Amino acid sequence: MANKTSTAWLRVIPFASGLLFGFGLILSGMTDPLRILAFLDVAGSWNPSLAFVMGGAIAVTFPAFAYARRRGHTLAGEALQLPDRTTLTPRLVIGSALFGVGWGLSGVCPGPALVIAAGGAAAPLLFVASMLVGMALYAVVARPRTRAAVSAAQ
Amino acid sequence: MPAQYLHSLLGGLLIGSAAALLLLGRGQIAGISGVVGNLVERQTGVGGWRIVFLLGLIAAPLVVRLAGGEIAGVLSLSWPLIVVAGLLVGFGTRLGSGCTSGHGVCGLGNLSQRSLVATITFMAVAALTVFVTHHLLARG
Repeated sequence: MANKTSTAWLRVIPFASGLLFGFGLILSGMTDPLRILAFLDVAGSWNPSLAFVMGGAIAVTFPAFAYARRRGHTLAGEALQLPDRTTLTPRLVIGSALFGVGWGLSGVCPGPALVIAAGGAAAPLLFVASMLVGMALYAVVARPRTRAAVSAAQ
Repeated sequence: MPAQYLHSLLGGLLIGSAAALLLLGRGQIAGISGVVGNLVERQTGVGGWRIVFLLGLIAAPLVVRLAGGEIAGVLSLSWPLIVVAGLLVGFGTRLGSGCTSGHGVCGLGNLSQRSLVATITFMAVAALTVFVTHHLLARG
């Protein structure tokens, strides 16, 4: 159904999205670990700017998800790959808590880690390498193996 | 300070627009830990879109620098702590099915209860971690 011009556009979309995402992280100050730590330091000199980042982002994603769900597919008619899990599980909470400890220690979460590592400095590169090892470790020790286990665990 | 808030708000709008573009254009969630984690695990049926998305993401700082802009971001932490934090972020985001972008930006925008619980959990634990390291331990 889609002609060649529109399918070429589809291939550009992930690059454009990644680029836009990176610009947003840089402009917002998310790439500055000290700013993140200041946001998380509610008992110290609290810097609320990260709340503006999340507020601005959700102001766009909320109508976008509502529209996408109502449409039921992408603008080009492809299926939406949305998570269908709805149950709250120990994995969700324990994983998020472990992530919170790492984020609170460093002030770095995955997106900003990749953006500042692209600058080539040793410390962010070491962070990204450790993050990849952590993800690989998860795949080895904790990832559900079968479809049944996936739906039971997640 | 107000200028910083404005930059944060505009940056947030860009991040949200990036997520909306990927959702409406390709039907995918712009969750960084999910994108990277699926590549690490070499899941079957993994789309090349993930690699292309990450190329765009790391092209952003290169474009900003070429245009003469500066990128705030110094990670001043001891190397052992960088390793520990990186391992926890990698393992935790995969076990918890998402990070600040997947749960915080996309999941909350999608009114997901799981994402709300995840976001409250990692924000509260991160704030507690900062309280312990910056206040309790610093007083020593």
